[in-house]
Amino acid sequence: MKDNQLTSGLSLQNVSHAYGEVKVLQNLNLTVKPGEFVVLVGPSGCGKTTLLNLLSGYLQPQSGSVHREGIIRTVYQQDGLFPWLTVTENISMGLRLADKSRHKNELRELIELIHLQGFENHYPHQLSGGMRQRVELARVIAGDSDILLMDEPFSALDYQTRLRMRLELVRLLQKRPRTVVFVTHDIEEAVQLADRVLVLADRPSYISRELQITSPRPRNTTDDTAVEATKAILHEFGLEVTDNDKNKL
Amino acid sequence: MNKTDESLPLHLSPIFQRPQRMKAIGLPLVVFICFLATWWFACKFNIFPSYAMPSPMDVLKSFKEEIVAGRLVNDIVASLWRVFIGFFISAALAIPAGLWLGQHAASRQAFLPLLNFFRFLSPLAWIPFAILWFHIGDKPAVFLIFMSAFFPLALAVMSAVATIPTIYFRVAYDYNYKGFELLTKVTFPAVLPQIITSLRVVYGIAWVVIVAAEMVGCQDGLGYGIWEARNGLRLDSAVCYMVIIGLLGMGIDRLLVQLTKLPNVRWGYER
Repeated sequence: MKDNQLTSGLSLQNVSHAYGEVKVLQNLNLTVKPGEFVVLVGPSGCGKTTLLNLLSGYLQPQSGSVHREGIIRTVYQQDGLFPWLTVTENISMGLRLADKSRHKNELRELIELIHLQGFENHYPHQLSGGMRQRVELARVIAGDSDILLMDEPFSALDYQTRLRMRLELVRLLQKRPRTVVFVTHDIEEAVQLADRVLVLADRPSYISRELQITSPRPRNTTDDTAVEATKAILHEFGLEVTDNDKNKL
Repeated sequence: MNKTDESLPLHLSPIFQRPQRMKAIGLPLVVFICFLATWWFACKFNIFPSYAMPSPMDVLKSFKEEIVAGRLVNDIVASLWRVFIGFFISAALAIPAGLWLGQHAASRQAFLPLLNFFRFLSPLAWIPFAILWFHIGDKPAVFLIFMSAFFPLALAVMSAVATIPTIYFRVAYDYNYKGFELLTKVTFPAVLPQIITSLRVVYGIAWVVIVAAEMVGCQDGLGYGIWEARNGLRLDSAVCYMVIIGLLGMGIDRLLVQLTKLPNVRWGYER
């Protein structure tokens, strides 16, 4: 269990990145406060995954600097679990560096937390998509992780499971607070989860709009603050239907 | 909630299992009987002279002879031993070599042409060297088995490593797997299902090669048995050895299939 969240830090300064001729990110600045839940929304192919790879350290930026402090882990869209390990073995990857004597209790606690009692010795391919992503969540919050990067973690799930997983994530974070950078193309997901939404514009990406959502979690997508934010994001993408449009029909 | 039960394909669900099992035994049996009948007719109508085409009855008789003489069991043990040693040595060297080559692009580039070159050399081409280097006994046969198994196995493991999804390495990076631990805890289990499949294929090659390998420099073994039968124009005895070779090959493959039932490799066959 992590008590002290103040050690985590994550920031990008003037970061640019390109693959060959294709510029993906240009002069991006981003500072994530400890304990904050930041959601990056943008169309697919706008460099969101590149951004996360830069944040995790898997990629080095071509120019600019990345500052990171604390243990960073990533939740991927799907198939991030090792298929040759059981649920328990996958989760205990997250405890590798932690104190061995705590393993057993911690594992049991995590499995209870994601409601997968009885599936401890199942392999990922024997679980449904939603169950697999819950194991992923347990693995990243296990031990002493500080920062979670989430790369469209629920996008491969069916709609209802996706809705349930959002609530699940909020619940887990209340029990085990972490700094989160969450990438998605789903506007609803963004407004339901975020403390701060950053809207990314198309390639080369830059942050075109920043929104604070101050109402506490868990919240509904139909809450006033969320509806407000949804409108602003739709407007930013040029997808908002104005009164003018309605009158035309 | 338990997805394993739901996801069972219809033809494997319990109600269908009984007719399924009868089919699995019955259909091959029908084909086998047809095969025997064709063989018997071919002998009956003298398509080939009887010294060149022993009938099923002749083969059965010679089986009895060989078993009574006790030579057959001795030959089986000798061949199994040689294949096992040759196969074991080549697996023990080819799997680590394949893992290493798969992970290092530069060494892969350096060694790939040479490995490919040797892969296409028939192990039979090595026979003169086998005799000159290892004289007679088990060693030349083991050497030939090794030469036939090492190269295809190393190449198969290498290309399996090259196709591991990058996501596993990203996850490994997140959780601090490095160096030797990365190799044993991520790379190796990620290709284990493919290694098992390659082992089955390569074992097939080794078992085919043993017959030729034992025709030189050996005084026993199934291959030697066939060679001797040919020299004495006892083709009934040769067929009897061929039957044993085929059955043992199938049997050992069944044993290797058991490896695919290990719980931590099932994922590789069920997706």
